[in-house]
Amino acid sequence: MNWNRLEALSNALGPSGGEDAVRQIVVEAIKERVDEFRVDHLGNVIAMQKGTAHVGFKVMVAAHMDEVGLMISHADESGLLHFDKVGGIDDRVLPAKTVRIGQNRVPGLICIKPVHLTTPEERGQVISYTQMVIDIGANSKAEAEKLVKQGDYAAFDTTFEDLGGTVKGKSFDDRAGCAVLIELIEQGPYPFDFYPVFTTMEEVGLRGARVAAFSVMPHAAFVLEGTICDDGPKERDLSPTTEVGKGPAISVMDQSVIADPRLVRLLIDTAEAEGIPYQFKQPGKGGTDAGAIHLAQTGVPTVPISVPCRYIHSPVSLLSKADFENTVKLMAATLRRLTPDVVARRE
Amino acid sequence: MKETIKKLVEAFGPSGYEDEVRAIIQSEIATLVDEMRVDALGNLIAFKRGSGNGKKIMLSAHMDEIGVIASYIDEKGFVRINPIGGVRTLYEVMGRVRFANGTMGVIGVEKMDDPNQVPPMDKLFVDVGATGRDDCPVRVGDVACFLQPMVEIGERLVAKAMDDRIACAVLIGTLRELKTSPHDLYFVFSTQEEVGLRGATTGAYGIAPDLGLAVDVTFAPDTPEPAVKMAIELGKGPAIKVKDSGMLATPWVKEWMIDTAEQNGIPYQLEVLPGGTTDARAIQTTREGVPAGCLSIPTRYVHSPSEMVSYADVLNAVKLLTALLANPLSKKP
Repeated sequence: MNWNRLEALSNALGPSGGEDAVRQIVVEAIKERVDEFRVDHLGNVIAMQKGTAHVGFKVMVAAHMDEVGLMISHADESGLLHFDKVGGIDDRVLPAKTVRIGQNRVPGLICIKPVHLTTPEERGQVISYTQMVIDIGANSKAEAEKLVKQGDYAAFDTTFEDLGGTVKGKSFDDRAGCAVLIELIEQGPYPFDFYPVFTTMEEVGLRGARVAAFSVMPHAAFVLEGTICDDGPKERDLSPTTEVGKGPAISVMDQSVIADPRLVRLLIDTAEAEGIPYQFKQPGKGGTDAGAIHLAQTGVPTVPISVPCRYIHSPVSLLSKADFENTVKLMAATLRRLTPDVVARRE
Repeated sequence: MKETIKKLVEAFGPSGYEDEVRAIIQSEIATLVDEMRVDALGNLIAFKRGSGNGKKIMLSAHMDEIGVIASYIDEKGFVRINPIGGVRTLYEVMGRVRFANGTMGVIGVEKMDDPNQVPPMDKLFVDVGATGRDDCPVRVGDVACFLQPMVEIGERLVAKAMDDRIACAVLIGTLRELKTSPHDLYFVFSTQEEVGLRGATTGAYGIAPDLGLAVDVTFAPDTPEPAVKMAIELGKGPAIKVKDSGMLATPWVKEWMIDTAEQNGIPYQLEVLPGGTTDARAIQTTREGVPAGCLSIPTRYVHSPSEMVSYADVLNAVKLLTALLANPLSKKP
């Protein structure tokens, strides 16, 4: 497995709408491996690998390139940067984190009052992000504006690392999905026309996927994700959402989609036949590009499948290499078994 | 008609798992329509060709019902659940549910710090008679609906899933009554309404109708201290929708419905619903926009295992819908 690629994707800066650096890596990796590709108006990379058997049967597999991040709203007189959030970030994970801003990756850090100066009450409170500022070492507005422009994106400054059986890095939601999708392209072609789609702006409302699915209008779709995992010890015997090390997580239902039962069945049957471990993601939690794709035009049977990732939407996440490899294996084997019959409707 | 209603409301069909309901409807209407097809999201689309010079009209009633989905099986074999659609835990506790594979269960509840409070969903569990994970007949991802037979109380019908099988029955009844129509009629039995009008969204896109009408239930808050204030009563006739929180009925469509009811002496009420919406919203906002309205069946205790309708309202809804479709449109934009 190509961990360097996941590393490059994870380290790249690409909050929603500013996915350029990620797109560059993606295009470089796939351009020699696909029959055609294009970048649409919303920045989606829509590629195609011609099928070997089922003429006209189109299958889309999507992963989103964007990550949650920040956007610089203005520099104040003292040279500190104020910001807005792009996508769902918990205010509690922001203070004292280092970030990279804009195409030039200007380093900055989110300010925090030292513990010496805070009261016990303050230490028990969550600070709103509207009260936070980013320090880039500038001493005036003019100095700050030489380095950073209004509207520049900022992303967490986290370096990918191999921890042995697991890897840590930022933005595995959804660079893990992007890396799985590139592996699938390398293992192609498939019997059907394969449309790998790297989408934009998922974290702000599935915006890229909506127009990409409309344009491709596939007969079936899979969505690859790095998803929520909550497998730490608990007092009550409740769901861990997903567990690291237990294999790819199949979604049956989340807030955005009810997965097509026939595609869920195909994934399970494939996993069982091939001896690939799998788990179900706790139904009802989260949402993915599948929410937009399955509602395109006259509808698309769709299922999300994810690599479990701890601590997503924070500066750092962790995934198991085995889960990643098994997600690639399960998806590749499932695609090889997918025929038009699976999603045909008989009256 | 009552037999059809009983079959429909007792069938299993939480959102996304409407197959059993679809099969019943297919067999009920097979001889009454010209064509039937099932689209990618599972909508049953039945076409009845018009005699000419009419419009392309889409009728929509949703097949799905609210339910629950297994989210976790604990060490002792108790099943944790999450909602499918607008499930109220107050109505669930100590009720019974049925899973697709026939497994039945009782919805239990953990101790509450304040026993007078409504429990949140994560305090509920389903007891399916298992003693551990190994003998639990339910897997994560299995869906369930309320287990409740239909009963008649006076002229009222009480069952789970009146929302919206009663409207499926109204469409079936209309197909039986309607001899001819100038219009090309698309009877859509839609999926996944309870989770966001999803079936109707793709169904309407595919049909691209000139006019759309949803048939759905609405609240009848004519009970002591109701949660919603609205002038709708059980037994006073079907309701013609003026507004809900997702759709303003196209004015001329609403007027056409009112005129038709008055000309045919059919009782009706006007509905201004403060919260909630129907498939009509999805139809109205598809493609470049479609004039749309909604005919509602007044229902008490919506989204509970004991939804109550008046049988007279149901029959009058069939009468009104039949009268609307039998003639050329009496109103225009």
